[in-house]
Amino acid sequence: MPHIDFNNNFPGIRGALAYRPETAKPLGELAQILLKDTVGLSPAERELIAMYVSHLNDCFYCGQSHGEIAVIYLGDNRQLVEDVRNDYKSAAISDKLKALLGVAAKVQQGGKHVTPQDIDVARSHGATDRDIHDTVLIAAAFCMFNRYVDGLDTLVPTDMELYAQRAKQVAEHGYGPHIYAGQQPL
Amino acid sequence: MPYISLEHHLPGITGLLEYRKDSAAPIRELTQTLLRGPSTLTEGERELIATIVSYRNECTFCTTAHTAAANILLGEDDTCAKVKEDINSAPVSDKMKALLAIAVQVQQGGKNVTTDAVKKAKANGATDLEIHDTVLIAALFCLYNRYVDGLTTVTPTEPTFYTALGKRLKDHGYNRLPQGYEHLNN
Repeated sequence: MPHIDFNNNFPGIRGALAYRPETAKPLGELAQILLKDTVGLSPAERELIAMYVSHLNDCFYCGQSHGEIAVIYLGDNRQLVEDVRNDYKSAAISDKLKALLGVAAKVQQGGKHVTPQDIDVARSHGATDRDIHDTVLIAAAFCMFNRYVDGLDTLVPTDMELYAQRAKQVAEHGYGPHIYAGQQPL
Repeated sequence: MPYISLEHHLPGITGLLEYRKDSAAPIRELTQTLLRGPSTLTEGERELIATIVSYRNECTFCTTAHTAAANILLGEDDTCAKVKEDINSAPVSDKMKALLAIAVQVQQGGKNVTTDAVKKAKANGATDLEIHDTVLIAALFCLYNRYVDGLTTVTPTEPTFYTALGKRLKDHGYNRLPQGYEHLNN
């Protein structure tokens, strides 16, 4: 049961977004800009960062949702997403992405945890200012989204198929008002 | 020295928001809506929520900036200082004490928000919307604090810097200044 009455029965962040459209609009735009961007990091890499930070924050809804979106971008490679979730250091991803996931994990703990050495490692594997900026902001943004979702105790679907259906819609249409509009599956 | 190349005359969050203006726009809009939009909480009360979260996240730039804004809006320096010291004995309403307690739980993690804390807020007159906004303001500052410290932006030490910034936040809110920030380059 959510902590407040959303006047809807949408799961996860969708319940909170539909409750307050004035704040939902910029939240959706921020997700769209950070996760659908193709400059530097690919949308798949961005979703993996979002999934991993959500996993570290123990936010099942966000971790599952963004994991499923990453699965689609990676050509249905579910195993790779699971590998990143469980132990990114041994996953079949680039050294650059491994270093950036390391930076994201530090941001999840707190801004001051990121060390010059973390940044040096990322740069030595080719990370640009923009890659580092986007990684820190995506990680910080998911420390917000995860707290929003769990802090209001939103509904968490237990039918895993629902996450895959929703992910398909986000992969096709991006983040925006359709996320929290009515007349949607799940 | 920030981890990425930012404009030298724009310390703290301002340089980051100017570094990537497309992601800054929804962050600014969200903050303006939550901290300055129509609400049954005063602007001063909402700045207290921003301050306590930044303080608990040990983000000196954000804590000092929002303390300055709260002090100007409240017309005195005592309340904000006491909120940081001890919420329960601070000179704020019982409703605000309960909302600040929820904000502190959100700072620790979304799952840390207890049903008891929410019940207490409601018993002291907090509405669903006030609880929603408290959770989202607290979550938003978990983003800001990580963004500012995760990229090691510059934290000015002169008190006059924060007095001027606090005045800007009172007079202009969180929208980007129409003339930009070049005039701060001296």
